Amino acid sequence: MDTVTIGVVVFPGSNCDHDTEYAAASFSNVTTRMLWHKEHDLQGSDVVILPGGFSYGDYLRAGSIAKFSPIMQEVVAFAEKGRPVLGICNGFQVLLECGLLEGALSRNKDKKFICRQMHLRVENNRTMFTSLYGEHEVLTLPVAHGEGNYYAPEKTIESLEEHDQVVFRYCDPFGSVTEEANLNGSVSSIAGIANREKNVLGLMPHPERASDFLLGSNDGSKMFRGLIEYVFR
Amino acid sequence: MAYKAKIRVTLRPSILDVQGKAVEHALDNLGYSTVESARIGKYIEVIIDEESVADAERVALEICQKLLANPVMEDYSIELEST
Repeated sequence: MDTVTIGVVVFPGSNCDHDTEYAAASFSNVTTRMLWHKEHDLQGSDVVILPGGFSYGDYLRAGSIAKFSPIMQEVVAFAEKGRPVLGICNGFQVLLECGLLEGALSRNKDKKFICRQMHLRVENNRTMFTSLYGEHEVLTLPVAHGEGNYYAPEKTIESLEEHDQVVFRYCDPFGSVTEEANLNGSVSSIAGIANREKNVLGLMPHPERASDFLLGSNDGSKMFRGLIEYVFR
Repeated sequence: MAYKAKIRVTLRPSILDVQGKAVEHALDNLGYSTVESARIGKYIEVIIDEESVADAERVALEICQKLLANPVMEDYSIELEST
């Protein structure tokens, strides 16, 4: 294999699709494909990314209509084969709605749309997405969401913790997980989770918007590089 | 036969409803001190063409479970009437 193909799904209302493609394409040996939601073909993707935005205008609930897009049947089948699927922001909401990940996202606790840089602590660096981060490394990534308040029943949270599925938590600049640092009110400060097999990851912060030093942080690019290295292995 | 399904989707009582809270505070500011709480949900009207009430009810239930409500954080109720 000489190139890795990264497919970025485009729903009507996606608005981080090109940023995500830009971040992925900044590495050598990467081919990118934009996958229109009405298609059934993942075009040979080795990695599929569901980008941020407002798919279908967030009508009904964020991600609720996107889960029935034709392309999502292929994404679910791809994920079930153990292949890498990453959902960012609205993409995370879609992964929860379609059942690839557990839980739900409701409105931020203080009613505000949060658009700022936040700190995250890497809780599990033994996944194909996070293998290049150090244990408990503190990252700076931007968030931009109105519905990022992660919720799941207590039993689900216990099971997520038990199987090391909590991958990122909001924290302060020093890596302490505090109530003040948990701006959207997520249960257990959860910012990102994986499925039990760890090949599907969803997170609210935007690694693609922190993949170039010009953007103020380059912390997100290690996630893309980690995925590319994983496919090459 | 067409039936009208009146569907209400509400956040589970255990889930914080920030929209409801904002309305609650606004009503309090307006002086409605007897208003104790406000919660906001969705009301969806669906016309279903089925042979019987039972069939229409089955469809209404199915669409609530599949799309209209998120069982992790929402409850729903269905009221059927013939049109």
